[in-house]
Amino acid sequence: MTLNLNWGILLEESATGDGPYWTLLATGLQWTLATALTGWVIALLVGSIVGVLRTLPYRPLALLGDIYVEVFRNIPLLVQLFFWFFVWPEVVPQEIGRWMKQDMPYPEFITAALGLGWFTAARVAEQVKSGILSLPRGQKNAALALGFSLPQTYRLVILPQAFRVVIPPLTSEFMNIFKNSAAALAIGLTELTFQMKQMVEYSNEVIVSIAAVTTIYMTLAFAVNRGMAWLEKKARVPGMIGGGR
Amino acid sequence: MIDINNVSKWYGQFQVLTDCSTRINKGEVVVVCGPSGSGKSTLIKCVNGLEPFQSGTILVDGTSVGAPKTNLPKLRSRVGMVFQHFELFPHLSITENLCLAQMKVLGRNHEEAHNKGLQLLDRVGLKAHAEKFPGQLSGGQQQRVAIARALAMDPIAMLFDEPTSALDPEMINEVLDVMTQLAAEGMTMMCVTHEMGFARRVAHRVIFMDHGQIVEDAAKDEFFGSPRSERAQQFLSKILQH
Repeated sequence: MTLNLNWGILLEESATGDGPYWTLLATGLQWTLATALTGWVIALLVGSIVGVLRTLPYRPLALLGDIYVEVFRNIPLLVQLFFWFFVWPEVVPQEIGRWMKQDMPYPEFITAALGLGWFTAARVAEQVKSGILSLPRGQKNAALALGFSLPQTYRLVILPQAFRVVIPPLTSEFMNIFKNSAAALAIGLTELTFQMKQMVEYSNEVIVSIAAVTTIYMTLAFAVNRGMAWLEKKARVPGMIGGGR
Repeated sequence: MIDINNVSKWYGQFQVLTDCSTRINKGEVVVVCGPSGSGKSTLIKCVNGLEPFQSGTILVDGTSVGAPKTNLPKLRSRVGMVFQHFELFPHLSITENLCLAQMKVLGRNHEEAHNKGLQLLDRVGLKAHAEKFPGQLSGGQQQRVAIARALAMDPIAMLFDEPTSALDPEMINEVLDVMTQLAAEGMTMMCVTHEMGFARRVAHRVIFMDHGQIVEDAAKDEFFGSPRSERAQQFLSKILQH
């Protein structure tokens, strides 16, 4: 059996009428990038706040953080996306639900970015928390003893150290969010994997379509990995954990 | 300056401090000693509110530490504290360690904070290390920076929580020298330490704790000459042999 790969298909006009097949993938890539990056910003913000909450000396707040993580971490991403897309608009007050279904711009994108962000936030929170707990207890006491308030202590002393500690696991999460964004095809977002399916259906070039998309995902993940490695090096402090001299 | 009245503290059912009372006057140097687990570190952490306590009162310069309406950050900014493990902020340079609280807590401008920091760094003999990071200094050097960092806040009193316990023997003296000099300048000091030589030379009074209680609270000469309690006699005989 010989593989008959027609790479030239990428340049051919697609049967969907949207230009050549490569433009299909390019549009998909744009949505993947937009979704993953927006989701990542949300994940970092929400995840950091939830992670910090879980380390505070106020039980109710810590509990709130714990509940968030348990809920968002224990439900499959796909189910969460379905929930936000199909169930949520029915649960909220009717007016808002109607707006979500009819007038909200880019509903698939917004739902996917938020859903992905909230899901990833639970994982970021777990890492931020363990980063904070990995620091010597005395650091917090030293900061408080100098007269810093608790928020100042977190902002100036604890978080700058904790984030340095968790850059490697956060790198994995950042890569994951690009890969997980593929789940958004289930709610109709025309992201990369969605476009791959389109291309397979219209061109019948299964292998070329999948190979092209695989290459794009790998390149993306690799770029994220390199970028984070650069950041880790930039943030390195002489004599601190893993800092060397 | 520091008034400790009938302070008791429990961790759950376990009582770590029992009716501790003492008083540290302005300019006085008081050494707190005792076996490990006797509550001395806990007591000193109660003084600036790092550890809460359930009964009794502590007044620092007239301000009640345990009162709910006390502005603890403000009170703490006036009391310097030095820890066993130095606790310099490892992500900041030595200069930044010295300036951060001056600027963010006291509101000093950068130049003022910087000058003050460098002046104190010079005083502890480490001016050449200003741009290094804590991880690049030895333990003794880090502890001297930590003392300078506390002094940069112009404290009314200094608390030392076993400042030399984590140090190599060779480095202990460089830290004790700085503390001795500080005492000579009239700083009010409360020091939890096992350094009996330092206590002998520098302290005005020695407090001996055991099982969460202040067993002995005596002038230095009295303490080393003729401790009243048997427990203190035992303790001294064990650690003074060397």
